[in-house]
Amino acid sequence: MDSFQTADNKVHNLRRQVEATENQLRELKSQLQQAEQQAEESRNAHSAYLGGFPAEWIDETLQVLRQNEFPNTAQTIRQDHGFQQSPSAANVTKRRWPLDKDEYIRYGRQLIMPEIGLHGQLRLKNSKVLVVGCGGLGCPAAAYLAGAGVGTLGLIDGDTVEVSNLHRQIIHSTTKVGMTKVDSAYEYLAALNPSITYNRYPFHLSPDKALEIFEQYDLILDCTDHPTSRYLISDAAVLTGRPLVSASALKTEGQLIVLNNPPKPPGDLSGGPCYRCVFPTPPPADSVVSCGEGGIVGPVVGLMGVLQALEAIKVLTAKVQPIDQDPPKPTLLMFSAYNTPQFRSVRLRSRRKECAACSSQASITRQALTNGSLDYVAFCGAALPINVLPPQARVAAADFARLPQDGSNKLIDVRDETQYAICALRGSINVPWTGNADSWITRATQSGALAQDGRHYYIVCRLGNDSQLAAQAIMDRALLPILVKDIKGGFKAWREEVDPSWPDY
Amino acid sequence: MTSPTIEIKTEFTGGLELLFSNQRKHKVSLPATDLNGQPANITFLIQWLCEHLMKDPRKDMFVLEGSVRPGILVLINDADWELEGEEKYELQAGDEIVFVSTLHGG
Ligand SMILES: [Zn+2]
Repeated sequence: MDSFQTADNKVHNLRRQVEATENQLRELKSQLQQAEQQAEESRNAHSAYLGGFPAEWIDETLQVLRQNEFPNTAQTIRQDHGFQQSPSAANVTKRRWPLDKDEYIRYGRQLIMPEIGLHGQLRLKNSKVLVVGCGGLGCPAAAYLAGAGVGTLGLIDGDTVEVSNLHRQIIHSTTKVGMTKVDSAYEYLAALNPSITYNRYPFHLSPDKALEIFEQYDLILDCTDHPTSRYLISDAAVLTGRPLVSASALKTEGQLIVLNNPPKPPGDLSGGPCYRCVFPTPPPADSVVSCGEGGIVGPVVGLMGVLQALEAIKVLTAKVQPIDQDPPKPTLLMFSAYNTPQFRSVRLRSRRKECAACSSQASITRQALTNGSLDYVAFCGAALPINVLPPQARVAAADFARLPQDGSNKLIDVRDETQYAICALRGSINVPWTGNADSWITRATQSGALAQDGRHYYIVCRLGNDSQLAAQAIMDRALLPILVKDIKGGFKAWREEVDPSWPDY
Repeated sequence: MTSPTIEIKTEFTGGLELLFSNQRKHKVSLPATDLNGQPANITFLIQWLCEHLMKDPRKDMFVLEGSVRPGILVLINDADWELEGEEKYELQAGDEIVFVSTLHGG
């Protein structure tokens, strides 16, 4: 065992040395190039000096001008990490000031931050960022990135704006209901910062298009809301060598991870982990809860989107790491609005040796993605619509409304207490569905809801799923020899068929 | 004769708290060794939590095939359990073990 350890250490040390020497060589080459250019550029700059350009600024300015010669920022990031060849001869911008006059004013407050500075601002200006999803996360993320002066922003979303989005999706607005989210976002962002380029993709990201689109960007933001898209985005980010800032939120909590950073090629274990390294197996489909089902507090998801923009800015403006410094440690940031402390940051694993996407034995390849052989929906599974009751055990909302109101029926509402308090039918009994037949029966029995008094039982919920399970629980136990039915489509159907004024939450 | 116990802190987040009496933080005191006399590790803890702390009958929302279900991260003292030896990590008194369900909304 010890000898393995020693050999491993030796390999590790040698690898570090090779890397260090390569970095030194690269540094020397760049210094040589700089020295050569400096000679020429100094001559050009002297005319500026005559025009009142203070001599002590010349060096600094020239340095920035040279940094500005790489047209694509994260191309530089990827070159720094060996993912791409160096670009061929680049054009040196021979301008007096590297930013436009208006840009010094617009970005001045972040420009004077040592973490950003002129170097960082130029990097942002030369960056292209893709925001996948223009919802609760994508809205604030895109707004801050546009505000910060990211040169090109890509916006992907296949949805249209709905009124129920507006409490959290802050760049959409009431007048834009019905418009595509991408167009709505574009209008807001273009008004916020007209000087940058926006690319609009008004459709859901699909495997066949992902690589082609990702390749046009330097960094990807996952602002989507389902495991299916999260795996697809991570795979495409690995295959195209793009760092990925991923966030999610539900109810009062949020999570944030920077993945594939540094974006080393598959098989290089020193690259940052991908989504599959952290979550190799998707969660069971019935454990996945959406914001529509579970709810979401606006500022919680907004906060996570803002943090995504922040992490993106940090990655894009990062200075080249000194060789003796370790690469960024992968962490998961967790936020919980009603917990103390609200924030918690935990260390994550590094790349998984047998990862299906980013390891040397990866089965997810460019070809597999583009030829459609990867079925992300099948991989993640889909929660099937619930349909467990025989037709005679179901009643349409309209028919239920016509039943005599003579006390011969009993209505059990299985929504949770919060929803019951929003709106309920008079005379109904609230026994929230517990997710399990046995425990719900126990609860219903204890609350007296199942007292055998000869009345007919009707069960209702929000959309007509839990009500079926509760009705089935009663029938399976043959607790009541009398009629038990669920109201088909729940209160949604009630609103559509019977009472249009019923709250549509 | 009472067998020795070990005290640790557990926390359930990302919706998992719903399975544990809707309470995030639980101080638990569990046997210091498993049935075979081996020091209590994470596998033993998960099994113990299922039997003694989890009142909700939906066990499959927490465990699947003897380990936590996919989509749950286990954190040992603020680090991914994969950095600490996963299921085989032997519990120390005062450890903080956090179970996080991943969120997908956005
Ligand atoms: Zn991976």
